[in-house]
Amino acid sequence: MSETAGLIIVFIGLIFDFFGCFGLVRFPDVFNRVQAATKCVTIGTCFILLGVVVYLGFGAIGIKSLIAMVFIVITTPTAAHAISRAAYLSGVELADQTVVDQYAEDLDDIREKR
Amino acid sequence: MRKLIVFFFSYIIWSLLAWPFDPATGEVFWLNIFVGLFAAGFVALLFDELFFERHSKVVNPLSYFWFLIYLPVFSYYCLLANIDVMYRAIHPSLPIKPGIVKIRTSLESNSGITALANSITLTPGTLTVDVDMENKLLYVHWINVQSTDIDEATEMIAGRFERILRRIFE
Repeated sequence: MSETAGLIIVFIGLIFDFFGCFGLVRFPDVFNRVQAATKCVTIGTCFILLGVVVYLGFGAIGIKSLIAMVFIVITTPTAAHAISRAAYLSGVELADQTVVDQYAEDLDDIREKR
Repeated sequence: MRKLIVFFFSYIIWSLLAWPFDPATGEVFWLNIFVGLFAAGFVALLFDELFFERHSKVVNPLSYFWFLIYLPVFSYYCLLANIDVMYRAIHPSLPIKPGIVKIRTSLESNSGITALANSITLTPGTLTVDVDMENKLLYVHWINVQSTDIDEATEMIAGRFERILRRIFE
């Protein structure tokens, strides 16, 4: 019973991961792509690890995958922030569909401070 | 005090990762436990300043209570975010309206602002690009811009998390 449930949860995680990659290919610029990559891949991987917990139970491996979930949730947004900020400051252009960019208005101030 | 807390948390994580007993035979691996004590003590002595500024919140049970309330709220919005981004990714006409907006935060502590920025990144269509600590501003990339007004955007993006995070970290 728990094996079937675990496999179903792993499968849900794979679906999220798949659509994350799909978004990564289809979205127009770095920022939108990072959005797709962080959100879907974070939760997809969390679902896969949760599936492992359900499949194997709270043993040595189950606890390890729970800890891995916590670290993924902490580190992925941090990495996404670093990538998007580095991309913006090194001059990557926003997509044509972009409607507003309030970061550009303050950019000189921010550069001066650092 | 701070060193003690860091030691405690590092040792818990060590024992969960290393799992120093065998449930089948009931055997305990003492070497594993001692190495863990040594490693956790080492980390606590050298790196205690990196983790938090004040210990009053870490030992306060009320902030753990609010953290437990925060988890389901956050998970719900995180799931919603995923379905939203998935929908935009598979829709044939790619319905996005991206832009970078400014929002204001009233949180003070480093850890509070970090938690807020990370929560914003993991929830519906938003991604924190930069933080201005002096003016307490966050620059957020929004996949579907609904408002460019700073107060309205703040309420829409950060409002729901800020109220709980203030109780946890401030």
